[in-house]
Amino acid sequence: MKLSVWTYEGPPHVGAMRVATAMNGLHYVLHAPQGDTYADLLFTMIERRNHRPPVTYTTFQARDLGSDTAKLFRDACQAAYERFKPQAMIVGASCTAELIQDDPGGLGAALGLPIPVIPLELPSYQRKENFGADETFLQIVRTLAKPTDRSARVSCNLIGPTALGFRHRDDITEITALLNDMGVEVNVTAPYGATPADITRLGTAHFNALMYPETGESACRWMERTLGQPYTRTIPIGVGATKDFVEEVAALTGCEPRLDSDRLRLPWYSASVDSTYLTGKRVFIFGDGTHVATATRIAREEMGFEVVGIGCFNREMARPIRALAKDIGVEALISDDYLEVEARISNLAPELILGTQMERHIGKRLGIPCAVISAPVHVQDFPARYSPQMGVEGANVIFDTWVHPLVMGLEEHLLHMFREDPEFNDAAGPSHHAHGAKQVSDAPDPVGAQIIWLDEAERELRKVPFFVRGKARRNTEAFAEARGDSQISVETLYEAKAHYAR
Amino acid sequence: MTTPGQISKGCTQTPVLRERGQHEVFCGLTSIIWLHRMMPDSFFLVVGSRTCAHLLQSAAGVMIFAEPRFGTAILEETDLAGMSDAQDEIDREVDRLLSRRADIRRLFLVGSCPSEVIKLDLAKAAERLNARYAPKIRVLNFTGSGIETTFTQGEDSCLAAMVAAMPSSDTAGLVIAGGLPDVVQDQMLDLLDRIGVKDVRLLPNRSSDEEFGIGPNTHVAFVQPFLGETYDILVRRGAHPVSAPFPFGEQGTTAWLKAIASRFGISSDHVDAVTEPARLRARKAVAQASEPLDGKRVFLLPDSQLEVPLARFLSRECGMELVEVGTPYLHRDLVGCDLAQIADCPTLSEGQDVEKQLDRVRAARPDLTVCGLGLANPLEAEGLATKWAIELVFSPIHFYEQAGDLAGLFARPLRRRAMLQVAAE
Repeated sequence: MKLSVWTYEGPPHVGAMRVATAMNGLHYVLHAPQGDTYADLLFTMIERRNHRPPVTYTTFQARDLGSDTAKLFRDACQAAYERFKPQAMIVGASCTAELIQDDPGGLGAALGLPIPVIPLELPSYQRKENFGADETFLQIVRTLAKPTDRSARVSCNLIGPTALGFRHRDDITEITALLNDMGVEVNVTAPYGATPADITRLGTAHFNALMYPETGESACRWMERTLGQPYTRTIPIGVGATKDFVEEVAALTGCEPRLDSDRLRLPWYSASVDSTYLTGKRVFIFGDGTHVATATRIAREEMGFEVVGIGCFNREMARPIRALAKDIGVEALISDDYLEVEARISNLAPELILGTQMERHIGKRLGIPCAVISAPVHVQDFPARYSPQMGVEGANVIFDTWVHPLVMGLEEHLLHMFREDPEFNDAAGPSHHAHGAKQVSDAPDPVGAQIIWLDEAERELRKVPFFVRGKARRNTEAFAEARGDSQISVETLYEAKAHYAR
Repeated sequence: MTTPGQISKGCTQTPVLRERGQHEVFCGLTSIIWLHRMMPDSFFLVVGSRTCAHLLQSAAGVMIFAEPRFGTAILEETDLAGMSDAQDEIDREVDRLLSRRADIRRLFLVGSCPSEVIKLDLAKAAERLNARYAPKIRVLNFTGSGIETTFTQGEDSCLAAMVAAMPSSDTAGLVIAGGLPDVVQDQMLDLLDRIGVKDVRLLPNRSSDEEFGIGPNTHVAFVQPFLGETYDILVRRGAHPVSAPFPFGEQGTTAWLKAIASRFGISSDHVDAVTEPARLRARKAVAQASEPLDGKRVFLLPDSQLEVPLARFLSRECGMELVEVGTPYLHRDLVGCDLAQIADCPTLSEGQDVEKQLDRVRAARPDLTVCGLGLANPLEAEGLATKWAIELVFSPIHFYEQAGDLAGLFARPLRRRAMLQVAAE
C-alpha cells in the first residue's frame, strides 16, 4: 500500500477512455462499479466536450457480486451495440472488475457481434493512465490495421494525440500545416478524430509521425514491424527540435526540408536585449518525459536558462530522462509522489518552475513563478484560443508562456534598486500578478537553526533580491556548516557566494 | 397558496419507476470531500485503488492542494496476493500517517470497491488500531464504495458508524443529523434556541470532545434526506425521529421548525411569532430569485437524494412544474413529508438506467434539467438548460436566509441563456 493524496496519472482504464473519447465510431464497454463514471466529467468539464464519452459502464453493485456480473456485462455490451451501432468496440475491466475475474474480452467475443470487439488487458494495480492509452491504441491498431498499398503522394499518419491531451488539438493543426508545407499529406490522425475505418487505412501512409511517445509509441513500433512504416523520433517542440523534425522527415521521404519560419518569433524575442535578464535563470522542469525533454532543450538552447533539475512522473520515460539529466549534469527525479517533487524544488530553490498543474500549486506555495508544460492540467489549459506547443507557432506560444510569470527585466531592476520604496518592495511581486502572493520564504531553515546570523550579515542578506534570497541563505548556511562555523558574518556570506559562484 | 395539511397524500401513492442499468453518479467516497471539513480533527483514509485516489482528486478539484485531511492507501499488486499482509500494510501506513499528523483525533478507515471485493476486513483493522491508539485517537470504519453507496450515502454510512460507536445515555435532548456548512449550522442553532429548544447536539460533531450519548430520550431531527442507514440505527438505539419536510425554502424551514417545536410542547403560534421577520425575508427573496422559474418545467436526474425535497421546494415555492423526479434511493421514512406536499404527481423514479432516462429527458424537453457534471455539457450542447447538481451539496441552501440563494441556483442557468446573444454550435 502507498498513501497518496495527489496522483499525476489516473488508472489505466482512464487511458483507454482517452483513446475511445478521442475517436469516433468506437465504443468502450467498461466493466466497472457505480461511481467510476466520475471519469466522464474529466472530458465534459476539463476538456469541455459537448458530448458524453462513448463509454458504457456496467455499474455492478454489491448485490450482483456472484454469478450475475458476467450477465450484466453481456447485456451492457449488447445494449451498447444496439443503441450506438459503433464500427468497433473495446471491452475491458476497471480495477474492481479486474478482481472479480469475469473476462470481458472472452464475454465480448462470445456475443458474436458483427463488428470487431477488441479486448483490453489493463493491469490496474501495476500500470497507469499513459500505459492504458498506449496499450489501448496498440490493440486497436493491431486488430484493425492491415498492410495496404502506399498512397501515390507522400503521406504520413499523425500518431499519439488523444482526448485530455495537453494541447493535442492545436499541435495536430500545427504539424499538419508544417507537413503540408513540405508536400507531405496527412493520411490519418489517430486516435484523435479517427474512426475504426480510418485505422484500417493506416497502412497507406509512407511513415508515421509519432507526436507523443507516451500514448503512441507501441503502435508505431508495431506498424514499423508489421506494416514496414518508419516513424519519427524527434518531437517537434521548440525551434531546434522542429528543425530537426523537418530534417528527419526529409530524410525519411526525400522531400525538401522546408520550414516556413515567417511567423517564427522566438529566436528574435530571445535575442532582443529585453531578454538578457533571462540569462542563467535557474529552472526546474517536471512533467511527462516527452515534454520535459523538449522543454529542457528549449530552456538551455533557446531561452538561455540554467536547468537546475529535471524529472518525470511516468516511469516509462525514466531511462531517457535519466540519460538527459546525466548529459546536462543534474540529478533526475523519477517520482509520482508530489511531496518528493516539492522537496526537490524547495531544495533547489529555482527561479522558475516548468511543470504540471501540481507544480503550479507547489510554486504558489513556495512563491516561485511557474508555467505549465505538461499534463495533468486543469480546465484553463484547454484554452479557447489557438495555442500549440509544437512547431513554429508552438515556439512562440512557449516563449510567451514561460516569460509571462517572471518578473519582467526592468521591473526586476527596480525591485532590486528601490527595494525600500513602498511601490517596489519585495512583497509587491510581479506587477501583472495579483497582490498578496506569497514570496519565497527566506526564514531560517530548522536545519541551520544552530548557526547564528550576525545582525550585519542578516542586513546584507536582505539586499540580495528576494527571489534568490532563500537559496543564498541556504547555501551560506551549508557553507558555514561545512566549515564548522557557528556564526555567519558578512565575510562568510561573500565567501559562500564566491564558493558557489557559477 | 396551499398550506401544508391541505394536501394529505400528495404523491405518496404515486407508483415509483424502479430502474436498473448504468448509473451516472458518484460513489460514496465523494462525501469525504465535505465531511473532512465538518470534522476538523478527523482524517479519512480510503483503502482502495488508484481509481479511488483519482476520483477524489477529480471531485475535490483545487481543494486537494490545501493539505486536505484525506488520502488513499493505494492497493498494489502485492496487497492482492495475501490478506494477512494487507492488514500489516494498513498498520504501517496508519502509523506513518499518525506520526506525521499529531493533530488527528479521529481516523476513519474508508472501504472502497476493491477493498470490499477482496474482503479486506477494515472493521478488524479499526478494532486493532483502536486498541493501539486509544484513548488519544478513535479509529472507525465505514464504506464509501460504489458497489454499496451512491454519492451522499457516504455521509450516511459515516454517520451510522459514528452512531454505532456512541455511548448509551438516558439524557433527554435533540440531535440534529446531517452535515451543514458552518454558517448555516449557526443560523439553525439560533432558530432552535429562539423557539426554545435547548441542548442541541450535532451529528457529525465538530470535535471528538463533543461526544454525546444516544438512548430512549433522544429525539432526532434530520436536515439531510440521505441518512437512511443513520435513521435506522438511531431508531434501533431507541431514539425518536421527528417527521418533517426538509428545511429548504420558507415553507420547508417553517414546517421543520414546527415539527420540532411540537415534539417539545412548543406552540405553533410561538414559532410563527419568533420567525415572522425571517419568513417574510425568505418569501421576498424567493419571489425575486425564482421569477425566471415560474411556470417552467424541470426534470431532476438522480444524484444526491436531495431531489424529492428540492422538487417540493421548486414546485410549491418557485412555481415550477415537475416532469420527473429521480432519486438514487427513496427512503420514505425520511422524505415522506416532502412527498406528501408534492401536489401534481410527476414521474417518480428510483435508481437509473441513464440511457433510457436521457431518452425521457429528450422526449420531454424540459426547461431545466438538474443533473451531474458528466451529463450537463452534453445536454447543453443539445440545447437543454441544465443545473449541475453537485453544487447543491456544497452550497449553503438550508433554512430561511438561504432560500433566495437556493432559488437563485436554479434560476441562474435560465437567466444566463436569456442573456447570451451568440449561439453555441
